Amino acid sequence: MSLTFDDGTFIRSELVTPLPPPIRNVGIIGWMRENLFSSVLNTLLTLFGLALLILIVPPMVRFALIDAVWTGENREACLDPGVGACWPFIRAKFAQLIYGFYPIEERWRPNIVFAAGAILLVPLLVPSWPMKRLNALLFFVVYPIIAFILLTGGNIDASSFLFQRFGLIQPITGDASIAGVNIAFWADFVLTALVAAALVGGIIGLIGGNALSAGRAVLLAFAAFGVLVLAWDIDFGLRPVETRQWGGLLVTLVIAVTGIVASLPLGILLALGRRSQMPIVRLLSIVFIEFWRGVPLITVLFFATYMLPLFLPQGANPDGLLRALVGVALFSAAYMAEVVRGGLQAIPKGQYEGAMAVGLTWSQMMRLIILPQALTLVIPGIVNSFISLFKDTTLVLIVSIFDFLGQLRASFTDPNWATPVTLYTGFAFAGIVYFLFCFGMSRYSLFVERRLNTSHRH
Amino acid sequence: MSDTHSIVPPDALPAVHTPPGKDVAVELVGVHKWYGEFHVLKDINLKVRRGERIVICGPSGSGKSTMIRCINRLEEHQQGTIVVDGIELTNDLKRIDEIRREVGMCFQHFNLFPHLTILENLTLAPIWVRKMPKKDADELAMHFLRKVKIPEQATKYPGQLSGGQQQRVAIARALCMKPKIMLFDEPTSALDPEMVKEVLETMVSLAEEGMTMLCVTHEMGFARQVANRVIFMDAGQIIEMNEPEAFFSNPQHERTKLFLSQILH
Repeated sequence: MSLTFDDGTFIRSELVTPLPPPIRNVGIIGWMRENLFSSVLNTLLTLFGLALLILIVPPMVRFALIDAVWTGENREACLDPGVGACWPFIRAKFAQLIYGFYPIEERWRPNIVFAAGAILLVPLLVPSWPMKRLNALLFFVVYPIIAFILLTGGNIDASSFLFQRFGLIQPITGDASIAGVNIAFWADFVLTALVAAALVGGIIGLIGGNALSAGRAVLLAFAAFGVLVLAWDIDFGLRPVETRQWGGLLVTLVIAVTGIVASLPLGILLALGRRSQMPIVRLLSIVFIEFWRGVPLITVLFFATYMLPLFLPQGANPDGLLRALVGVALFSAAYMAEVVRGGLQAIPKGQYEGAMAVGLTWSQMMRLIILPQALTLVIPGIVNSFISLFKDTTLVLIVSIFDFLGQLRASFTDPNWATPVTLYTGFAFAGIVYFLFCFGMSRYSLFVERRLNTSHRH
Repeated sequence: MSDTHSIVPPDALPAVHTPPGKDVAVELVGVHKWYGEFHVLKDINLKVRRGERIVICGPSGSGKSTMIRCINRLEEHQQGTIVVDGIELTNDLKRIDEIRREVGMCFQHFNLFPHLTILENLTLAPIWVRKMPKKDADELAMHFLRKVKIPEQATKYPGQLSGGQQQRVAIARALCMKPKIMLFDEPTSALDPEMVKEVLETMVSLAEEGMTMLCVTHEMGFARQVANRVIFMDAGQIIEMNEPEAFFSNPQHERTKLFLSQILH
């Protein structure tokens, strides 16, 4: 059993059984000695940190809680010298911060949208909840359609699609309409769909592809789009609310959620395009990505809002919020594409070869093997983009869309609440709200990362 | 390393049946391949009959891996014809997919999918490529896991298995597609010495069942026992091809003699 050094040979007679590791940190004192005061430099840093905490935390607590004013009807309550946060101001402006100038009697509509969003999102985020597929379908397909109808009032008055723009349909069909749905538009739509399907099928057939399935794909796409437009076109008797009246957290969430939901799939497609073997696809993806990454978001929003109408034909004037939405989505898609590309580059060639060797097609290989691994790798980057997108939504303020922060700043101008602490209170509240959303995303991403990590099981 | 893995006596292996006409599993005629300017495969001519077991050896960079990777189009050849299971390889994606369904492959580094469990690794291709119901695919996968003697690992992830176990899973994964031809690209080169045997045993039992196999390997014991023919490649060309007995005891080409003297000490 004993190890001897004199003769240079050794045969173990008995195997050593595993022992528990030695105990190093005893109690709080041991922990502190180990982590806070292990060297002179660490001791100094600990003391410095403590001093900072003492300097910052008590005044914050005093401002937000101890000296704060909790009740009051107007500025009178918050005028005493040395008062802290003026919380009645937030209470008075709360509805405005959430809905903007959305008509008061119609606020049940955004309420339903908020509630339905939460009800659908929470089970989607909890992995153990059943029926993920149905849930995802409801959240990503049905919910946006219903939210659109509820928030805008639907009934978009679709009147011309393609041929009617040249006045070709209406003379034949007349001006008949059923439940707010214009017949001329649908005649136009169906005709356009048929022509497009025939064209695409013909071209694909000419270059040697499957003309029938190409035509069918085009018809299917038109049918899906048609269902969408029909749902938005029917008159449900809801009072229309223009997006100019929207504001506050409602707008922030609409922009952020649309941006987040649209940018991920778009970004994935762009990243795949950039790594494609086909030169034209690759070139177009690179041009798109570099263009959107090369301009500031403010420029994008300005362009979409003030310059786009100059280039569009007369009468075609898309909604202001919609233009901002598209701008934000495309902008963040370009960033997302580069994040996803980073993940794709980290996947070893062997994974592609393994997938190809078992006979998977390219799209199966991407969907089942490459993307799940690549996206898992770049979750921190993806969530980083989501968080910065969420905060960047405040930039829509410069194109006169009042998001949460914009609405807050607007409420500062109310002379009823003009006090020395109004500004501080408002920004403290905004900080808390933004922090809750961003911190929530951050924590959830950590949870997902840990859950999807199969490599620690080595 | 020559005879350390004597697993079965050579006469236990079935003779190669060669029904006339449909007896060719893989045929390469005048195949050339270049990487840029570099001529990596030069005039490769090889006919593999059904049920035949070919071992390919040679120094690194001799093109042996590239050659078998051309058979399932992981590499593209630029000249000559390759016919696999009666289908000629062209740029037609449908043909490539068709061939890959019939040709299984095992790699030096296993290339298992680390984000899927062992069972999911095995059932993925049957479900998505063969459109098999999940229940049947699970049964099939368990059948092959038992065959490679690790059914108890089904719910684990590849990262939790030893190298030898991972390679056996990789073999089982390929077998789940019921391939007609199996390609092995140095399946034991990345393994610890203690694990080489378990993988070779699996390959031998596969050979016993009459699988058509092309193996790039330096396991000369395996070649001696299992192979019908041994091919020696160097500088992108086939230098010598013979039955194992003659190949090892009486190599003809100078390059072959040198190579064998280096590896059979």
